[in-house]
Amino acid sequence: MASALQTRAPAPPGNPDPVIDMTGISITFPGVKALDGVDFRMFPGEVHSLMGENGAGKSTLIKALTGVYSIDAGTIAMQGRQVTFSGPAQAQAAGIATVYQEVNLLGNLTVAENVMLGREPHRLGGINWRATRRRAKEILQRLHLDIDPNSLLNSHSLAVQQLVAIARALDVDASVLILDEPTSSLDAEEVAELFRVIRDLADAGVAILFVSHFLDQVYEISDRLTVLRNGRLVGEYLTDELLRIDLVQAMIGKELSTLEDLENRKRSSEAGGASSVPAFLSAHGIARKGAVAPIDLTIAPGEVVGLAGLLGSGRTEIARLLGGIDHCDAGTIQVNGKPLKLRTPRQAIAHRIAYSSENRRSEGIVDELSVRDNIILALQADRGWFRPIPKRRQDELAQSYIDTLSIRTPDADALVRNLSGGNQQKVLLARWLAIAPRLLILDEPTRGIDVGAKAEIQKLVVSLAENGMSVLFISAELEEVLRLSHRIIVLRDRRMVADLPNENLDLDALLALIAEGSEADEQAGVTS
Amino acid sequence: MTAVVLVRSPLRRATDAVVDVFTSPKSGPVMVTAVLFIAMYLAAGSLYKGFFSGQVFLNLLIDNAYLVVLAVGMTFVILTGGIDLSVGSVVALSTMIAATLLRDGWSPLVVIPLILVATSLLGLAVGLMIHVFKVQPFIASLAAMFLARGLCYIISNTSITIDQPFFVAMATLRIPLGGRLSITPSVIVAILVVVIAVWVLQYTRFGRTTYAIGGGEQSGMLMGLPVARTKVLVYVISGFCSGVAGVLFSFYTLSGYPLTTIGTELDAIAAVVIGGTLLTGGYGFVLGSVLGVLVLGVIQTIITFQGTLSSWWTKIFIGALLLVFIILQKVLTSRRT
Repeated sequence: MASALQTRAPAPPGNPDPVIDMTGISITFPGVKALDGVDFRMFPGEVHSLMGENGAGKSTLIKALTGVYSIDAGTIAMQGRQVTFSGPAQAQAAGIATVYQEVNLLGNLTVAENVMLGREPHRLGGINWRATRRRAKEILQRLHLDIDPNSLLNSHSLAVQQLVAIARALDVDASVLILDEPTSSLDAEEVAELFRVIRDLADAGVAILFVSHFLDQVYEISDRLTVLRNGRLVGEYLTDELLRIDLVQAMIGKELSTLEDLENRKRSSEAGGASSVPAFLSAHGIARKGAVAPIDLTIAPGEVVGLAGLLGSGRTEIARLLGGIDHCDAGTIQVNGKPLKLRTPRQAIAHRIAYSSENRRSEGIVDELSVRDNIILALQADRGWFRPIPKRRQDELAQSYIDTLSIRTPDADALVRNLSGGNQQKVLLARWLAIAPRLLILDEPTRGIDVGAKAEIQKLVVSLAENGMSVLFISAELEEVLRLSHRIIVLRDRRMVADLPNENLDLDALLALIAEGSEADEQAGVTS
Repeated sequence: MTAVVLVRSPLRRATDAVVDVFTSPKSGPVMVTAVLFIAMYLAAGSLYKGFFSGQVFLNLLIDNAYLVVLAVGMTFVILTGGIDLSVGSVVALSTMIAATLLRDGWSPLVVIPLILVATSLLGLAVGLMIHVFKVQPFIASLAAMFLARGLCYIISNTSITIDQPFFVAMATLRIPLGGRLSITPSVIVAILVVVIAVWVLQYTRFGRTTYAIGGGEQSGMLMGLPVARTKVLVYVISGFCSGVAGVLFSFYTLSGYPLTTIGTELDAIAAVVIGGTLLTGGYGFVLGSVLGVLVLGVIQTIITFQGTLSSWWTKIFIGALLLVFIILQKVLTSRRT
C-alpha cells in the first residue's frame, strides 16, 4: 500500500492545530518491523480511536507516544513543538496521561490515596490526610464520581476503579488522555458511565486516544479513527463517514486465495457431512459472565465449524468453554446426546474433546522437551502416570506423526523449541491427534507460521473431517475460515450474530456480518 | 453512584457500620483480635484471683517489651509481603556482642550504637539480596538467620554474664506509675518504637509505599513510587528493631547466650499475624501487632496462673489461635474480592 493512497480525514471545524502530530514513526524489534512509517495525529476535544487487529501495531504506537519505546525514525510533535520522551514519567509531565487496560491501582489502599499517591500534600513533615482527601474529592467530582475518598478501592466496582485510575491520570493536568481497552471488563451501564466522563473531558478540550475492540463502542464514542494493519497506516477517517464494513475490511485486509483445490475438496465432502448425522456435541445457551453471551452451537461428526469474528469477539472464550478450561455460568453441553458438565480439561479429554490453544508457546508446546515427549504428552496424561507408554511405542508414535504431518525435525529427540513455528504447531496437532479426539478445537492454528506450513495444516483439517472428526476452527483470517468450514458461526462483541452453512458465502458477505451483525443478514443473502 | 439515599434507622446504620468494620480486610482482623484479647482477659480475671491487678497487666509489657519491638520491625516486612526469619538469631547475636564487649570494658555508649549499626547492616544485606538478586525473602533471611546464629558461637559457646553498671541499672530500675505500679525503661523504649512506627507507616511516603508494595508491587512501580528503595529499607528497619530488641533482651536477662531466643522470629511472626496483618502484605497495623504480642502474653500469664499446665501449652494455644486467624483472614479477604 503506497503512502500516497492513504486517506487522511480533514481537520475538525475551525482548523485547530493538532495537539499530537506523529509523522513517519518506525520502530523495529529484532526481526520485526513493528511500525513502518506511521502518521498519527490527535486534535484537542476529539475522541480518536486507534483500530487494528492483533499485531497491527496499536500498542507499539501508544508506547512510542508515551516514551516507553524509543522510535527509530520519524518525529513526534506536541502542540507544535518537537518532543522526545525518554520514559513514561517525562510523557506524563508533558501532559500525556495513560490508563492501561489492567487497572494498575492498589486495592488495599483508599480511593484518595490511589488518586494522590506520590503527590500527597505534606504538613509538619507528615502527609496531610485531610488535604489529600479534599484534593482527591475535587478531582473525583470533576468526573462526577461521588464516592467516599476514604473508602477502600477494593470495595468499588471495576468501573469505578477505572474512573479512579482516570482521576489519578488527570491530576497531572493532562491535555492528552490515552485509554487502552478501558471497557474490556465493564458491563453496559458502566460503559455508559465511562463514556459520559470521556465526553465531558473531550468537551473540556482534552484529546482522547481510545482503544477498544468493541466496534459498537468505537462508533458510539469516537470522532476520528486511525486504522493500522501489520505495522502500517491504512488510513485516518472521520467515524461518521466510514461504514463499518469498510472499517472491518481496512482492519483485516484481503488476501488472495491460493488454495482453490481445498475449496473443492471441502465442498465435495460437504454432501456427506452435517445435517443427517446426529450431533457429536451440542451446547445450549452456554455463557460466561464477562466472556461470552449465551450461545447455541452444534457440531456433527465430520463437520468443520468455523468461528469468525474480530479479536475479542468471543472466539477463544467459546473454545475455552468447550475445552473445559473455563466453566460455563449457564447453559448445558451434550456430548453424544448425554449431558456433560465440563469442569476441567481432563474431563474434556476423557470425552475426546481436545483444545489446542492459540498461545502456542505459553499454553501449547513444552519448550524444554523433545519432539517425542511433546507428542506423547496428552496421551500419557490420559493413560495416567502409572502406566507409562513403552519406549518403543513412544518412538513409533512420534515417528509416525513426524512422517504423516511431515514435521521437519532432525529426529524425535530434537528439542521442540528449536523447531520453526509451523512445525511446533504440527507437533501440537500431533499431540492432540494421538489421543484420537472426536472433537478437535483449533484456536488460531495457523497464526504466525509460513505459507507452506499453513497450507499443510489446512489440508490436514480437511482430511481429518473427511475421516469423521469434528473440528471447531478459529482463525483471524476469514479466507481460511471460509475455505475450511462447512458451517460458520459469526461473533461480534461476544455475541453470536449468525450461524450459517458455508454455501454461497463470500468474504464480503462475511465481512458484512462481522461488521453489522444480524441486520445485515438480508444484505448478505442478496449479494451472494 | 446514583444519588438515592436510603432512609434507615440510626440503630440499623450503627449495626451496619459495626459489620463493615469487622468484615473489612483492613480493620476486621484487628477488631477480632481486640475482642478476643478483652474476652480472654476478662475470662481469666474472673477465674483467677489477682489476675486483674494492674501490675499483672504491666508485667505483660515488661516481659514482652523486646517482642513488641521485634513485632514492629516484622510488621514492616510482612506489610510488603516479605518475611524476616533472622530476627531471633539477631537478638541472640546482639546479646552476645553486648556481653563480650561490656566484659572487655567497652562503654555502653559505644556498644549500643554499634549493635544497632551492625544489625541494621545485616538487615541491609538481606534487603539487597532480596532486591538485587531476586532471592526469596524466606531464603535470604534464612541465610542471615544461620549467619547470625553461627556468629554467636564464634564469639563464645557459653553464656556470658553482664555485670556492667548501666545494664544492671536498666534491668533493676523501676519507674513508678503511682499506686504500687511500675514499669521498666524497656517498656518506655518499646512504646517509643511503636509510636514512631505508627507515625512512619501512617504519615510518611515511605510508610504508604510499604503498604503499596504489599498491595501490588507492579502497580506501585507504575504509579511512580520508590518501590526498590522501600523494599530494601523495610529489612533495614527489621534489622534495626532486632538490634533494639537484642539490647532490651540483654537488659532483661543480663547475659549473652548463643542458644537464646531460638524460634523467637516465629513468635514475632505469630504476633503480627494474630494482630491482623495479612501474610501476603498490604493490610495491617503496628498497633495490631502490639495487640498480638499482648494476646501471646496473656496466654502465657493464664497458664502461669492456672499452675498445673506445662508452659508448653502456650505453644499449643498459640498454634491453634494462628490457625484460626489465618482462616479468618482468608474468609474476610475472599468475601471482598
